[in-house]
Amino acid sequence: MRKNVNAAFYVPYVLWLGLFVIAPMLLIFYQSFFDINHHFTLANYATYFQSGTYLTMTFNSVWYAFVITVVTLLISYPAALILHYMKHKQLWLLLIILPTWVNLLLKAYAFIGIFGKDGGINNFLGFFGAAPMQLLFTDAAFIFVAAYIEIPFMILPIFNGIEELDENLVNASQDLGASSWQTFTKVTLPLTMSGVKSGVQAVFIPSLSLFMLTRLIGGNRVITLGTAIEEHFLTTMNWGMGSTIGVVLIVAMVIIMFLTGERAKHRVKGGRRHV
Amino acid sequence: MSKSKFKWGHLYLILVFVVLYLPIAYLVGFSFSDGERMSHFKGFTFRHYGELFNDPRMIQIVLDTLLVALLAALFATIIGTFGAMAINNTRKAGVRNSILSLNNILMVSPDVIIGASFLIFFTALNVPLGFLSVVLSHIAFSIPIVVLMVLPKLKELPGSMLDAAQDLGATNSQVLRDVVLPFITPGILSGFFMAFTYSLDDFAVTFFVTGNGFQTLSVEIYARARQGISLEINALSGVMFLFALLLVIGYYFIQQAQTSRKHKKGGR
Repeated sequence: MRKNVNAAFYVPYVLWLGLFVIAPMLLIFYQSFFDINHHFTLANYATYFQSGTYLTMTFNSVWYAFVITVVTLLISYPAALILHYMKHKQLWLLLIILPTWVNLLLKAYAFIGIFGKDGGINNFLGFFGAAPMQLLFTDAAFIFVAAYIEIPFMILPIFNGIEELDENLVNASQDLGASSWQTFTKVTLPLTMSGVKSGVQAVFIPSLSLFMLTRLIGGNRVITLGTAIEEHFLTTMNWGMGSTIGVVLIVAMVIIMFLTGERAKHRVKGGRRHV
Repeated sequence: MSKSKFKWGHLYLILVFVVLYLPIAYLVGFSFSDGERMSHFKGFTFRHYGELFNDPRMIQIVLDTLLVALLAALFATIIGTFGAMAINNTRKAGVRNSILSLNNILMVSPDVIIGASFLIFFTALNVPLGFLSVVLSHIAFSIPIVVLMVLPKLKELPGSMLDAAQDLGATNSQVLRDVVLPFITPGILSGFFMAFTYSLDDFAVTFFVTGNGFQTLSVEIYARARQGISLEINALSGVMFLFALLLVIGYYFIQQAQTSRKHKKGGR
């Protein structure tokens, strides 16, 4: 294509690339080599890899992200498959997307009410004579709410993957005598794997970095990488250590993107992506 | 698929929808409860909405949030549109792909990383934390989505149209104004819209770069939610749900307009 715009118009975009994409990423690497008194040091990394606390925290964070992803996937795959066979599926899809447009904080706040000692679930269970339970600030509540928030972001890419599946292959498999289960495991699932990978990528990375939900729903019992970064930056003001954990999170992100395919093919369209 | 299985499927899907919508219904429902807690509905009232509309602090925050979103969407759209043109006009595929990869970094990075790195960046440059740093951050994280919305439209633009315009004596700026911009307008509108909603919804990045004096809605809700239940927030969620509904309908119509345009083109 030819030049039809004066190069001067491109300057802001190039400036943005330099100032807001490249510079901050370099700065977070740079900052990770400084201690709380602004002296150059490798101590942050030494601390991170030697102290049991940080390694346990990282392991827990990965574990929780894994559980959240698996729960979300188990709920979303059947839902996406059923959606595919529905009439008016675009309308249903819109209804799946709609909750992502409700402010994330408000959804978390709703669950404070629902899971409270005096909240909806305990009242409901009360009808059956159950005593009020502590639901808020438990691991189960944290995982449930995180999965609740992520479900649309898992359903959409899987749905798109299933839409691309050639229906003839499913029919052929059934005509050749495969059972429904065999058709599913040998044909449908392998051929929709790219959608699943995109979904896993869209859910796992944000789950590693959740920090607001760990406070409001998890009651600080769960410390994710995101929580640790936030605490170091905004509470203890140890930016060096926070940046070190940030670098770890970036490395984790790159590994996940490598494992699930560098570029998610099925981008979430219309859904909002801020967790 | 057998009939009975299909019904089970419907039941499952209904269950998923119930799980998705029940918390929102619960939240909005209690905004009409004449009590102070989010349990035991106590009779219908608009009292909490009254409190909300008479809360000058909250109204100021809503206005600030809208202003930030509008400014961020406007600047992100302008910069992103020219960015998309720059990428589209880059001839070397290698260079183009590396710019695109850089473009997408902020789309895939966790918000915590964006927030923390921007905080270091603003502090290093002595940018005061507050309105300015929040607007700059929102512009920054909204640019990539605008680029991704505009780029496909530029790719669809037929080269013959540009040749025709130039052969007929149009100057570069005329080609841009009268040929290119009208053609890619749907992409620009989608980009503006997505940028606007990204900004409205953001919590994590704003939380990092806002300092003490300036609040957006998400940050304020977080602060209030930490203190416990206040049905004024439920009233706010009622208003915001209505607003989100309008935005979704708006987005749906933008999408519809785009596809019907495509259809017309294909039909000819």
